[in-house]
Amino acid sequence: MATLESPPPGTPSAMTNAFGTVLSALILLLIGVLAFSIRLFSVIKYESVIHEFDPYFNYRVTQFLSKNGIYEFWNWFDDRTWYPLGRVIGGTVYPGLTLTAGTIWWALNAINIPLSVETVCVFTAPVFSAFASWATYLLTKEVKGSGAGLAAAALLAMVPSYISRSVAGSYDNEAVAIFALIFTFYLYIKTLNTGSLFYATLNAIAYFYMVCSWGGYTFIINLIPMHVLLCIVTGRYSPRLYIAYAPLVVLGTLLAALVPVVGFNAVLTSEHFASFLVFIIIHVVALVYYIKGILSPKMFKVAVTLVVSIGLAVCLIVVAVLVALVASSPTGGWSGRSLSLLDPTYASKYIPIIASVSEHQPPTWPSYFMDINVLAFLVPAGIIACFSPLSDASSFVVLYIVMSVYFSGVMVRLMLVLAPAACIMSGIALSQAFDVFTASIKYQLGRSANSKDDAEDNTSTNNAPKDDSSSGKTDKGEEVAKERPSKKGKKKEREPADKPSVKSKILKKRALVLPLEASIVALLLLIMLGAFYVIHCVWAAAEAYSAPSIVLTSQSRDGLHVFDDFRESYAWLSHNTDVDDKVASWWDYGYQTTAMANRTVIVDNNTWNNTHIATVGTAMSSPEKAAWEIFNSLDVKYVLVVFGGLIGYPSDDINKFLWMVRIGGGVFPHIKEADYLRDGNYRIDSEATPTMLNCLMYKLSYYRFVETDGKGYDRVRRTEIGKKNFKLTHFEEVFTSHHWMVRIYKLKPQKNRIRGRAKKLKLKTSSGLDSKPAKKNPWI
Amino acid sequence: MKKTSSVVDLLLLLLAINVLATPAFSDLVLSKVERRIDVTSQIARVTKTLKVVNSGSESVSEFTLTFPKFLGNNLAYLTVSHSEGKGKAKRSLANLSVKEAHPKGTPDSISFYSVSLPKPLSKGDTLTLEVVAAFTNVLQPFPEKITQRDIHLVMLQESAQYLSPYVVESQSLSIKLPNARIESYTKLENTKVQGSEIKYGPYKNLAQYSYAPIVVHFESKAAFAVAEKLVREIEVSHWGNVQVTEHYNLVHRGAQLKGEFSRLEYQDRPNPQGVSAFRHLLARLPPRAHSIYYRDDIGNISTSQMQSDSKKTELLIEPRFPLFGGWKTFFTIGYGLPLGDFLFASEGKRFLDISFGSPMIDLVTEKLIVQVVLPEGSKDISVTTPFDVKQSHEIKYSHLDIAGRPVVVLEKNNVVPDHNQNIQVYYKFSNINLLSEPLMLITGFFVLFITCIIYTRADFSISKSSAAYLAKLQWDEVLATLQEVQNIIQKCVAAHDKLEASLRDLSRTGDIQTCKAARKSTDSFLKDLSKELRPLLASLQSFPSASQISPKVEELVAKEKELQEKLMAKHTTVVEGYEKKSSGRDIENRIASQQQKIMALRQEVDDLLEFIDEI
Repeated sequence: MATLESPPPGTPSAMTNAFGTVLSALILLLIGVLAFSIRLFSVIKYESVIHEFDPYFNYRVTQFLSKNGIYEFWNWFDDRTWYPLGRVIGGTVYPGLTLTAGTIWWALNAINIPLSVETVCVFTAPVFSAFASWATYLLTKEVKGSGAGLAAAALLAMVPSYISRSVAGSYDNEAVAIFALIFTFYLYIKTLNTGSLFYATLNAIAYFYMVCSWGGYTFIINLIPMHVLLCIVTGRYSPRLYIAYAPLVVLGTLLAALVPVVGFNAVLTSEHFASFLVFIIIHVVALVYYIKGILSPKMFKVAVTLVVSIGLAVCLIVVAVLVALVASSPTGGWSGRSLSLLDPTYASKYIPIIASVSEHQPPTWPSYFMDINVLAFLVPAGIIACFSPLSDASSFVVLYIVMSVYFSGVMVRLMLVLAPAACIMSGIALSQAFDVFTASIKYQLGRSANSKDDAEDNTSTNNAPKDDSSSGKTDKGEEVAKERPSKKGKKKEREPADKPSVKSKILKKRALVLPLEASIVALLLLIMLGAFYVIHCVWAAAEAYSAPSIVLTSQSRDGLHVFDDFRESYAWLSHNTDVDDKVASWWDYGYQTTAMANRTVIVDNNTWNNTHIATVGTAMSSPEKAAWEIFNSLDVKYVLVVFGGLIGYPSDDINKFLWMVRIGGGVFPHIKEADYLRDGNYRIDSEATPTMLNCLMYKLSYYRFVETDGKGYDRVRRTEIGKKNFKLTHFEEVFTSHHWMVRIYKLKPQKNRIRGRAKKLKLKTSSGLDSKPAKKNPWI
Repeated sequence: MKKTSSVVDLLLLLLAINVLATPAFSDLVLSKVERRIDVTSQIARVTKTLKVVNSGSESVSEFTLTFPKFLGNNLAYLTVSHSEGKGKAKRSLANLSVKEAHPKGTPDSISFYSVSLPKPLSKGDTLTLEVVAAFTNVLQPFPEKITQRDIHLVMLQESAQYLSPYVVESQSLSIKLPNARIESYTKLENTKVQGSEIKYGPYKNLAQYSYAPIVVHFESKAAFAVAEKLVREIEVSHWGNVQVTEHYNLVHRGAQLKGEFSRLEYQDRPNPQGVSAFRHLLARLPPRAHSIYYRDDIGNISTSQMQSDSKKTELLIEPRFPLFGGWKTFFTIGYGLPLGDFLFASEGKRFLDISFGSPMIDLVTEKLIVQVVLPEGSKDISVTTPFDVKQSHEIKYSHLDIAGRPVVVLEKNNVVPDHNQNIQVYYKFSNINLLSEPLMLITGFFVLFITCIIYTRADFSISKSSAAYLAKLQWDEVLATLQEVQNIIQKCVAAHDKLEASLRDLSRTGDIQTCKAARKSTDSFLKDLSKELRPLLASLQSFPSASQISPKVEELVAKEKELQEKLMAKHTTVVEGYEKKSSGRDIENRIASQQQKIMALRQEVDDLLEFIDEI
């Protein structure tokens, strides 16, 4: 486009323009390739496979979509999960990711490129991270020019926080949502800068895509109103602001309501109220500006007093209505997750099921360094750069970083929202710093050359190539090298080959000129910083974030050891049990069981029904017989437990067991956490409480474990187990994986009732502790 | 179920034999029958050597083979060859054609196969026939369900005497068992056990349809691996690769597992091979097989080992979990083969010569589907197979296909390793077709880039005469002119700098002549520039949209001119001062006021330049 606008080709400025455009396009392409390929470590080190838990659900939904089509998908009632309740998938899932991958798959197959659904799903995230880095370029370009844009794009392409959610195989909502988030912000800023309705409409559509993709869309619909409010308060109201905001609210809300999972929530829940409030405010402000334009100052004063008094009354009414609405709903109109955002202690106090997920915990300081690395130091510089001069766009990114820093402090997961903001800020900071340093070097070199040989004509033009080569030599740092030349290109665009003017400018900005040595050292340090960042990112991508978590590996003396127990047992379930058998396990493994083993599960990772999860938790923490009754009433045939004691796999069910107790106890009060703790300590050795040693989870995990080494040494808890030799009466072992990580038990069929035995049992129960058997099982 | 039915079969057979006496078969006499049954694997492989003598009066061209129905139903493979010569020099000749026959008046409990002899057997002649037959499912696990600790026992039912429509003069039977652990066997006269071998006979001069049922009950450690369904896809690419993909639905057909599966006991067993579960399967792939993978629906299976040398590639694969009796699994293996080893040309046609069955050792396939995918554009497809298979054709769409690739589908039930013979698929293919897909891609990208070029070059505005469009065009022109004006002013400023430089030179060297020369050249240069500037300014004024800018530009030009004049004046003053040999201080004083004005003007010019720059 730049070539179009510039004067006829052939003149040197047109050539440099074209060169700059092509160069930045090439750099962007390389950034895209980088973003894609840095995420392939998981495929190379492990295999092309879907990762973790939620991606398996998304994968299953995508399979359904590709097999049955979009209409079936909307109406899909999944009876293979949450047995016997089932789940309306079409109405409870954010369909953005699934539809995106489904569309890609369909398009590829339409041109006879027979990729499997799995392959498409695995590579969706890397492809979209390339898109996300391009969107970052666009956004930062709108804020601070294309140099900063390229730097930010390069930083985002490899920011570890984002990599952790978008490696190949990590087929989760965030994979496309981050792209949608940045792109929506870009279109908002673009509309704000141009005041074009075209971009405003696109913005609403991008917002719609974001709503489709992730629950995090509420971040957008709160951040943008806040920015609008900020602009109004600081007196930056303009028609462009109105164009950028009003269509977004109207169209965006209408479109958001089209997504089944959001529906009327788009106008009913408190998360969206801020946008409506600001919508009213901006109209009031627009009206005031309009009236100001047509009235004389005197009349205007009168009008202001009139409007303010009426406006206050209206506001009071609106606030009263809002308060009434909010107060009438049980959680105050806020969903649990959002509430825990505002009050970080909310979840751990009231909702154990949210608190039990590790990614909903507040992050620790090292995780900031791990996830955004040197960006944490560059961000303040970026914020300062955004204030000189402060524009609408730069105030937006400042607001964005401030808000996202707060939210990331609440939940680890929202670190992901912080990452783009940090990249944008650091990109701006880096680009500005390079601007200043290279300009000073250029100036200082020019000056010294001037003073050395006065006789030489056109000193500055002679200096230019020398200068270029010297700066080219120093720019060996990776993303630095990428961002530099185009900045030069951009500069050439603006001041085509006119060094004197550059010089005069520099004279003007004399305050910014630094000594030559200092600039060179600073440049080198910046490059080193960049190199450190790159090394850290590659390390994080390769070592920390590429494990698929369903396959574990360990490096030992005799080579690589693979622990593929999960898939081993899922494969066993899928081939050797009846297709309609129900499998009970803790909810973590629900998605994987439905996707990999294709068996009906009782609970899964979509934790929508707390009671149901509590029932399973209760069963796991009950003694064998009570547990058998609960499971039998749920029509369960197999019980799956994950046990890491043999090989030392720490995230097994025994370690999660207290959450089962807590969640179970939250609904069925006869399960008391204190019964499982000895003096407040959770232990499974001989000091453990009898309740602990007799609960189903303990028994299923350690059944015949003692026979492996004679002592029953648990390598995760680093202790010998408490109860060693016991038999199972109501369950039988049907499968245990190679490293004992997954153990599957079958419920034994009910024994024929024998008169004498039944009597004996009765006697026993009446004398025993078990006084309230009816309470034990909620399902009878 | 199967067992009871086979018992019923036996009874029927015995009944039928009593009734039977068909004269058509009476001409031939089997002078010697040797049968060897090998049950070391899950397949019962029967080898028979029959010495046939024509004792009738007419020459006979057909020979009839019989099996009890319960065996005949499970017959997977049967070949009959006749051998000539004697002793060691004996050599087998071509296989004879065998057809399933249903002679009239014969009982249902016997399966008949008629063999057409190479040449009619005339009176008194003898002929030696070699029969190889393989049966599946005849080793019945008994007991049918065992626990993990039990040994795996199977049962074989056969007849100690050779069931034949002919009189048998002398016969013997030997059964080769996998090991010496024999649970029980039917004892008849002349029964001997030698290690892992049981021998019945010799029996002399038995009538037609003699039958003596025997049951052998023994331990088997063989893997009873059965592929319920196996789909082999062989895709030929003329770019140099034959890709084979095999999808196995595997089941362990031995005695079913009863009760718990304990990993502990499974791992404790010192010798894990055999018993009630099998751990791995061995696939013998063709030499030079490459890019081998082994996976299932949910990803790669990491438990496999490969050994390869120039003669073969051996792949030892381990299913995800050990297979106990009745357990099932599914997996896929795939490998690439060099095209040159399998594709040949003959008489203007090409043919693919590749093995039909599974490369797994001792695997029984219940339903085998072989899909040979030929390159797009192949014609005149024909298949030759050494045995009967069901053939059909399909079309497959793969990478960038338009017409689709022709697929030959071959189906066969009950396949044993003996079926691993080569099949030939003949087709015609022209090499031009090879280039079609790359060319298509090239064209596609070419069109894409051309479209991009056209899109960026062409103007897609809706209205060329709209005011906004014209204004934009004009504005572009204004900007261009402005740019030029700016350039010229910059040049002027550069010239001023030069002038200043010459003054500095003067102060250092005192060389007045050079300074004057510099002045002269600068003068003419500046004059040229102002000449250039004039038309530009005029054109700028003519644009209505530039009305706001042109005053500024004019101001800039005026200021610049003033600056020029002042500079000249200063220059003149300084040069004069030097000519008069005034002191440096004097000159300095004289130009001080000028210098101030110059600085102010320069500031203004710079400001204006910046302003214009920002437009």
